[in-house]
Amino acid sequence: MATVTTEGTVGLGLRRVSASKSPDQSVKQADQLAILVDISSCIGCKACEAACSQWHDLKPPLNVGQQAFFGYQSGPGLAPNLFMYMRFQEEETPNGLVWAITKYQCMHCADPGCLKACPSPGAIVQYANGVVDFDHSKCIGCKFCLSGCPFDVPRYDANNKPWKCNFCIDRVSAGLEPMCVKTCPTNALHFGTKEEMLIRANKLLEGLKKRGFEKASIYDPPGVGGTGYIYLLPHGDKPEMYGLPKEASISPLVSLWKGPLKLIGSIVLWGTLLGAFLQLILFGPIKVGKKHKKEE
Amino acid sequence: MTNGWNDIKNADLILVMGGNPAENHPCGFKWAIKARQERGAKIICVDPRFNRTAAVSDIFLQIRPGSDIAFMGGLINYVLQNKKYNEEYIKHFTNAAYIVKDTYSFDPQTGLFSGYDPEKRKYDQSLWGYELDENGTAKKDMTLQHPRCVLQLMKEFYSRYTPEVVEKLTGIPKDKFLEVAKLIAETSAPDKAMTHLYALGWTHHSTGTQLIGSMAILQLLLGNIGVPGGAINALRGHANVQGMTDLAGEGRFLPGYLRPPRADHQSLKDHIQANTPKAVDTSMNFWSNYGKFYISLLKAWYGNSATPENEFAYHYLPKIEKLISMDEILDRMYKGKMEGFVSVGMNILASNPNVRKIAEGLGKLKWMVVIDVFETEMAGFWKYVDDSSKIKTEVFLLPAALFAEKEGSFTNSGRVIKWKYKAVDPPGEAKDELWIAGQLWMRLKNLYKKEGGKFPDPILNLTWNFQNPYYPTAEEVLREMNGYALADLTDDKGNVVVKKGERLPGFGVLRDDGTTACGMWLYSGIFPQSGNRAKSTDLSDPSGLGVYPGYGYSWPANRRILYNRASADPSGKPWSEKKKYLWWNEAEGKWVGYDVPDIKPDLTPDYGPFIMLPEGRGRLFCAPLVDGPFPEHYEPFESPVENILHPKTPHNPVVKIYKSDLDLLGKPDEFPYVATTYRVVEHFHYWTKHIYGTSVLVPNMFIEIPEELAKELGVKEGDKVRVVTARGSAEGYVLPTKRIKPLTINGKKVYTVGIPIHWGNEGVVKGALANMITPFVWDPNSQTPEFKGFLCRLEKVKA
Repeated sequence: MATVTTEGTVGLGLRRVSASKSPDQSVKQADQLAILVDISSCIGCKACEAACSQWHDLKPPLNVGQQAFFGYQSGPGLAPNLFMYMRFQEEETPNGLVWAITKYQCMHCADPGCLKACPSPGAIVQYANGVVDFDHSKCIGCKFCLSGCPFDVPRYDANNKPWKCNFCIDRVSAGLEPMCVKTCPTNALHFGTKEEMLIRANKLLEGLKKRGFEKASIYDPPGVGGTGYIYLLPHGDKPEMYGLPKEASISPLVSLWKGPLKLIGSIVLWGTLLGAFLQLILFGPIKVGKKHKKEE
Repeated sequence: MTNGWNDIKNADLILVMGGNPAENHPCGFKWAIKARQERGAKIICVDPRFNRTAAVSDIFLQIRPGSDIAFMGGLINYVLQNKKYNEEYIKHFTNAAYIVKDTYSFDPQTGLFSGYDPEKRKYDQSLWGYELDENGTAKKDMTLQHPRCVLQLMKEFYSRYTPEVVEKLTGIPKDKFLEVAKLIAETSAPDKAMTHLYALGWTHHSTGTQLIGSMAILQLLLGNIGVPGGAINALRGHANVQGMTDLAGEGRFLPGYLRPPRADHQSLKDHIQANTPKAVDTSMNFWSNYGKFYISLLKAWYGNSATPENEFAYHYLPKIEKLISMDEILDRMYKGKMEGFVSVGMNILASNPNVRKIAEGLGKLKWMVVIDVFETEMAGFWKYVDDSSKIKTEVFLLPAALFAEKEGSFTNSGRVIKWKYKAVDPPGEAKDELWIAGQLWMRLKNLYKKEGGKFPDPILNLTWNFQNPYYPTAEEVLREMNGYALADLTDDKGNVVVKKGERLPGFGVLRDDGTTACGMWLYSGIFPQSGNRAKSTDLSDPSGLGVYPGYGYSWPANRRILYNRASADPSGKPWSEKKKYLWWNEAEGKWVGYDVPDIKPDLTPDYGPFIMLPEGRGRLFCAPLVDGPFPEHYEPFESPVENILHPKTPHNPVVKIYKSDLDLLGKPDEFPYVATTYRVVEHFHYWTKHIYGTSVLVPNMFIEIPEELAKELGVKEGDKVRVVTARGSAEGYVLPTKRIKPLTINGKKVYTVGIPIHWGNEGVVKGALANMITPFVWDPNSQTPEFKGFLCRLEKVKA
């Protein structure tokens, strides 16, 4: 049963804001939230996928015809009007055939690459509870979030605005579980604090190991500081089988842009401005007209 | 289900065969997941495809469609040969010790039981009975040694089903079969239980009923019926199909599985006598109450017009000469022998085999009424007829309310009846079926009143006591089903137990003297004086076994596990502390436990637990089945291989052969692959393709084939292929998969082709009707079509 048992509020306090200083963490606090996806109990029924679209009022793409045939999948993957989808992959393993069925959506990284890459102040926020969300009113449509995302999640609509799972922040902040969790018929989705979810995942992991899944593991990639979606993988040695990168981390380009490059960029920017200012006060404004006159 | 959904959590082993619950019953399947997570239960999936259930199972075996009885025969043989059965259980709770008449025999060479008439394609079933003594009691040998006792006959019968034969017929390697057989046989231990989950994957065969019979045999041998975590669980396909079945959804029944009058039952007395069995052992023989149920039904229908003088209006009911089941209806329609057809919430064109034959048949009707929530393929059947210009059928489409747009009850697979409230108004002119029925009835009645007719009495005298006769409410109907007293009812001592006019507390008080009225004896007790029990939502579970006695109302008598007396040993003690459920309290002289006892509470333990049978014991040998007392493997009517057990009788010998110009069957030289149809979780039959939100989930009709076959045919994922059978063809996008492997059947390589059914030419997404290609072959006991296991070939469609 998914219940939020955080101490204090689960409200919309902010932890991080793109291209801005972090808000003061002492003002508002909340526990990190998480959804545990127990792949060993997931039957791939897509009830979560349908419920997600319904709650968010989305009209997902209808993929019909020869060019748009994706077998058991609803389509090729995420779309601006599809925040999550079920991914199907068949794989022969030494233990026999595996039909890896994975719920795929924004992972809500603790250290979000999208937020780090975003140059527009406030366009991407991370709430105090760990949920990463977009604010379209501040988005400049630069697509940097996409290059910053290790999981290839944000999808841009015709207006050049990115969309993704927002962890049903509207429901969650009202004390309800996310829609996918509510809908799951086999209790393959669990919702609570990250701490609780890890305890539950470890308990389920023990059961899986007893059943002979020796390589089973919990997917909570440290490269992004852990994630808000954690997965219990029966074949933990092969996360790629489930469409999850083995080593999830933020692209070095983003670190570069946020680190040394940002410094260099700033120096260049401020240097240019300073130069222009000095020019102005020392030599006065450049007059283009003069040149013309000379030529005449 | 002999147990219920929640009870699956008590299982130690879950055998899924003939169903795909993860796909088709995802909400119920959570109990299987729970059993595994909480008790370490194993899930075994046996299916022609590695499906969604297989994806979360511990063991998966790929079986050839149509060879399931061979697998089951192998399991039965394994249990018998290795003495893995629960001996006490089969001695006392089954007919294992009964001695069968010497007129019964089976010839393994011909594959026929005694008494076969090849002309009529029928058996003389009277040859298969028990030996009875002078009192009419069945003779038994409690040592189980008599050569004609059921156990010995069964041992001999199934000795042919060795693991080698199983491998040859099913394609399941011997070692894999033995691994699973061992796990299954272990559940005969007193503290263990296996549950079996099946659905249409087992009923959709020309041997479907026998298949389920074979599981009944196995579960009885293992002592897994009547115990928590045991059972044979039929998972029903629609939210209320169980309710539909209970309320006479089939022509062979009246409500509550009573029988319609037959032409050879010219009096009520004859009819009741013919349907009231005589006990042949210490049995409660529950059907001895047949007369009480029947007369109470007639009283509910005809009230004061049903009197002892007119045999309680028995003659108001039509007397049938032969059973008219779906196959017969469709065939008669095709032959132009039907005038009109009313279809309520049924798409008979899409859901029955050989669409061409059905479409042509519908085109020969004068009129047809389709009451449905969408404009179905059936309503526009002429689009499936070659020359639609000749069709004169007048079609009336009455828009009906969807389940959430009306009040009523659902009876689930576990027999739990639950009230459902209306959520929204139906759109446009769509109406609740009760309104449609009320309007139709009152207008018919008024016509008869005005114009008379040949025999208006059954119409004019029908009880129709509803506040608004043009729109009865669902609760009013449920009250009528529950029944009420027409006079004060007294017990043996003369005390009044139910006052005149009061609703009945249960079917135990029904009388055959006309003092009770009850529209549906099986549901009686659902709406006593205290109120509608389908509305109860008490979630307490005192035993922790998932009984939830206060949640909804489970027929019969709010009993959650059927035959639960068998959860205790012959002396009445629980088989084990772990499976404790119902037991005999010696001091009080009655049965007590966590559930309503499925036996008269003060009946001593020597009475058999299977109270619906005159034996009181479960049937390992089942003479009433028309195709034989023991399940035998017969090939599907279209099979890629010969029947290696008895080539002379390859198919079920009593299946009716339809011979019209469209009843065509193919041979393996022309149609080399085995095909099977099925459903996907994203769609509900032919409905959800009308809705955008569900259409997007799996929008395209597709054909699943083994990767090896795709390579052979030179097709890749997304190519369009045509599945061709002797009846017709269906196109879809090909999905080569690792999840269907080529099988080796008796040395021959056999490919299986999988065809999901949900498309048609109406709706948001369109596609071929899968039933264009399925054969018009039906199980002889249940008249269910053979959708699983027919022959096809594949053709690449050029883009």
